[in-house]
Amino acid sequence: MCLGVPMKIVSKDGDTVVAEVDGVQKEANVMLLGEEVGIGDYVIVHAGFAISKLDEEYARETIRLMREVFAEEDMA
Amino acid sequence: MKGGMKFQDEFRDRDLVQNMAVNIRRMAERLPAPVNFMEVCGTHTMSIYQYGIRSLLPENVRLVSGPGCPVCVTPIGYVDKALACTADPGNIVATFGDMLRVPGSHSSLMEERAGGADIRIVYSPLDAVSLAKINPDRRVIFLGVGFETTAPTIAASILEAARLGLKNYCVLASHKTMPVPMEILTGDPDLNLKGYLCPAHVSTVIGGAAYRPLAEKYHIPCVVTGFEPADVMQGIEMLLAQALRGESRVEIQYSRAVSWEGNPKAQAILHQLFEPCDAVWRGLGVLPGSGLAIRAEYAEFDAERVLTLDVPEAVENPACLCGEVLKGKLTPFGCPLFATVCTPETPVGACMVSSEGTCAAAYKYGR
Repeated sequence: MCLGVPMKIVSKDGDTVVAEVDGVQKEANVMLLGEEVGIGDYVIVHAGFAISKLDEEYARETIRLMREVFAEEDMA
Repeated sequence: MKGGMKFQDEFRDRDLVQNMAVNIRRMAERLPAPVNFMEVCGTHTMSIYQYGIRSLLPENVRLVSGPGCPVCVTPIGYVDKALACTADPGNIVATFGDMLRVPGSHSSLMEERAGGADIRIVYSPLDAVSLAKINPDRRVIFLGVGFETTAPTIAASILEAARLGLKNYCVLASHKTMPVPMEILTGDPDLNLKGYLCPAHVSTVIGGAAYRPLAEKYHIPCVVTGFEPADVMQGIEMLLAQALRGESRVEIQYSRAVSWEGNPKAQAILHQLFEPCDAVWRGLGVLPGSGLAIRAEYAEFDAERVLTLDVPEAVENPACLCGEVLKGKLTPFGCPLFATVCTPETPVGACMVSSEGTCAAAYKYGR
């Protein structure tokens, strides 16, 4: 029910986008998003609506922090 | 990565997850007493079973599943109302797929459909609006179930129906909102919770700040956590770090999707259409201000106001222990019906129906 799928926008026409994950394409509505999205952006799609835009910079930062734990273990 | 989600491989990296487990075990050695953390969201429950997260944790760090599966917390009386909607052949009942097999007092939507009732599964609430548009002589009733993640999408469907001037679309709303049940469970001495993995997709809408009153009032750490295994491990690590330092703050692990303020546009549409109301949660009873009712301005789209339904008194199966499972007081394995009488094919309670349900996750991955 709360399932949301991170998908990449491959085309856009007004509030309707086509988004893709693992080769599967689906239409989604972006009217609930407060920020502009375009082709190439990643969004979380839930019940046919994009509810959040994924921030690549934060994604990279999260992975970096996770790997820091890894590095600490190496030193221990 | 073959067209998969960017960074997905990184967040599922086995070595990374194993190393985080080593770190968590080391941190847990410094705990004075065992800690219980609750994963509130059904998608977390699914992920925790699927990736065997519990097996990676030391004995003194326990995960407890919470009331975060919307279908599971929907009371049986609502299912009975939905079933009553199917009695009139002029009606089309539209629903998300996971409501179909939820048992009501005497039947389920699946059984009614087999008996000829017109019940349609839709992917988006906008598909239900389209059904109303192409069936002007019939009434389409959409089953509005779900938390703050879903409620804005239902609100958008009502706005779309209003824009199109449709008079034959309405919503049977049973939406619920998140922080309230967490307050109730935090104060429960049996559970003795020391931290929350806060729901991820709900939080994309309500924002991390929504948990601050909870964290401050009850001195309980809250970490908004993503669904990939490395996300869940990092969320646990962050909760442990807070517990060890004696802190009780809200942190956002899932920062790539969740901000402090959430999604203001989705919130605005939600509040335009809905107002808070008291709501019945399976297992938890009536929780004040924990539901969403359609505002009077949109009464013509409110199935409760538009329809006169003949609903029999709700009858729960007394052997079903879903209520205890939803409060985190019982694991599926402690229920005598689990995997014997109650299976995904013949579910007795809602927790076995939805893929996010604790019993369904335990059945699929945990045995």
